[in-house]
Amino acid sequence: MAKRESTFGNMVVTLVLVTGIAAAALGFVYDFTKAPIEAAKLKAQTEAITQVLPEFDTLGNSFKVLADAGGDSLEVFPAYKGGELVGTAIKTYTKEGFSGLISVMAGIDKDGNFSGYSILEHAETPGLGSKMDPWFKTDKGNQSVIGKNPETTDFHVAKDGGQIDAITASTISSRAFLDAMRRAYVAYEKEDKTTGDSGQ
Amino acid sequence: MNQWKNFTKGFIKENPVFVLLLGMCPTLGVTSSAINGLGMGLATTFVLVMSNIVVSLVKKGIPDKVRIPAFIVIIAAFVTVVQLLMQAYVPALFKSLGLFIPLIVVNCIVLGRAEAFASKNKVGSSAIDGLGIGLGFTFALVLLGSIREILGSGKLFNITLYSENYVTLLFVLAPGAFIVLGYLIAIINRIKKN
Repeated sequence: MAKRESTFGNMVVTLVLVTGIAAAALGFVYDFTKAPIEAAKLKAQTEAITQVLPEFDTLGNSFKVLADAGGDSLEVFPAYKGGELVGTAIKTYTKEGFSGLISVMAGIDKDGNFSGYSILEHAETPGLGSKMDPWFKTDKGNQSVIGKNPETTDFHVAKDGGQIDAITASTISSRAFLDAMRRAYVAYEKEDKTTGDSGQ
Repeated sequence: MNQWKNFTKGFIKENPVFVLLLGMCPTLGVTSSAINGLGMGLATTFVLVMSNIVVSLVKKGIPDKVRIPAFIVIIAAFVTVVQLLMQAYVPALFKSLGLFIPLIVVNCIVLGRAEAFASKNKVGSSAIDGLGIGLGFTFALVLLGSIREILGSGKLFNITLYSENYVTLLFVLAPGAFIVLGYLIAIINRIKKN
């Protein structure tokens, strides 16, 4: 078979065929992987919630809360044990990071204190800002946020007059992290504390 | 053509990273750990093999003037397939490789092999060429990633080797990628000379 000539008709037909076949193949793979992708995302989310909250048996219906005017809304997941509200997980974010958005799953127990957090997404400097994960959980000096809440503790870094120690050499990432935690708390305050409903 | 030679040329003699210096963007971007390098390398290998096979199958039917757009569509289709599969079955790895997976489309190694090899050779040779070059690329990324991970975070494949207090953070950051790559290229050049 000789190579096809580069005439206008040949070129159009070839390109239409190539793109058409590629599109059909992609549609098929998309259909095929749609369910597993959804499942993987849901699993990651549930895992994060389990990690940040005290033990619970059922997750209530999540709802969205607008924490500050002009910002994005936060997703709130109330968690129950034996029908009673034991904690609330809040998917919060900040845009104050050193590079781009930081997304955090924050857990608040029934007394209103932070019970844990899990960094879902970030692009901070590896080895510096990325230390957010163990840093604010480690009970050393004033660096932990666990068991504290923004009402009794000033959730700003010590350098800005607050009561939380920033990560060494990563003040910007630390400020961003605390900003996300404060935003989570604003959303938490809008929740109805007995039922875990949106309170609106 | 000797198929064994065709396969092994990708490792040292025509290694895409160390000798041809192609695909520098993912090379420097993702190799902050060995596992990232491995994931990126294997994803690229899959795309290379599949696109080489398809390009060499359809080469006769594609008019010369539109061959590049046709090749790019074929490559992009396979990259999207890889992206969807990784998202579904290895979400953690997908998350850490992030933007670099879709960028395989513009990795010049893939288009380079399609244009320089697959469009002139038979299907079998093209598949072997894709596999050889792809594994050579993987080898380079894993080597680079391992060195950077050992020096920069004191780990290898996430297994801690020594205390984090003694690491040289520089190596997981961008400058470390250039430094390690420079030394590796020098060593490979030395090996090739002998």
